[in-house]
Amino acid sequence: MNNYELMVIFTPVLSDDEFKSQQKKYAKMVTDTGGSVVAENAWGLKSLAYSIQKKTTGLYWVLEYTAASDFNEKLKIQLLRDESVLRHLCTKLDKYAVEYNARKRSGVKSGNQKAVEA
Amino acid sequence: MAKNEIKYLTAIKADKREKKFCRFKKYGIRYIDYKDVEFLKKFINEQGRLLPRRITGNSLKFQRKVSDAVKKARQMSLLPYVTDLLK
Repeated sequence: MNNYELMVIFTPVLSDDEFKSQQKKYAKMVTDTGGSVVAENAWGLKSLAYSIQKKTTGLYWVLEYTAASDFNEKLKIQLLRDESVLRHLCTKLDKYAVEYNARKRSGVKSGNQKAVEA
Repeated sequence: MAKNEIKYLTAIKADKREKKFCRFKKYGIRYIDYKDVEFLKKFINEQGRLLPRRITGNSLKFQRKVSDAVKKARQMSLLPYVTDLLK
């Protein structure tokens, strides 16, 4: 089991319900294959830095999960097939990343704050 | 007292630059988040290109991580590949 983080950009034409059901669908895929969802964060509508498929906005969604190492291949197939997904990115998290995310979730200021000022 | 000893009223400014440092090492940052766009903007110029280590002072280890994070942010359209007047 490894820790991963998935970020998906959905098309902005999705309604709220559709957006929710899509999130549920992929979160369910994780749990169905024996993984577990650590955290979920829907950023919602955000403007893109450059247009993707002629669209200037996108619905962002971030999922942190643990899964077996062969799960991501299956997930990727589903994401690429999905018409409503503009783009996705799956990142493997090392122990520092897990720690960082946990700290960020609990609301403690990340150490980056100091460095931003520097 | 030596004859050719010159005395100044104010001390001459020795042109000594402040030593650069790696902010990740100094503040103990272990992980660079690609989602934290404001932070990543510290390491790119106005055109959205990565700044060299010569300027930021990052150690090689963390410069690599910074570049990975910036590239991920670009892929996810959080940062532009090319632009003008980013900041």
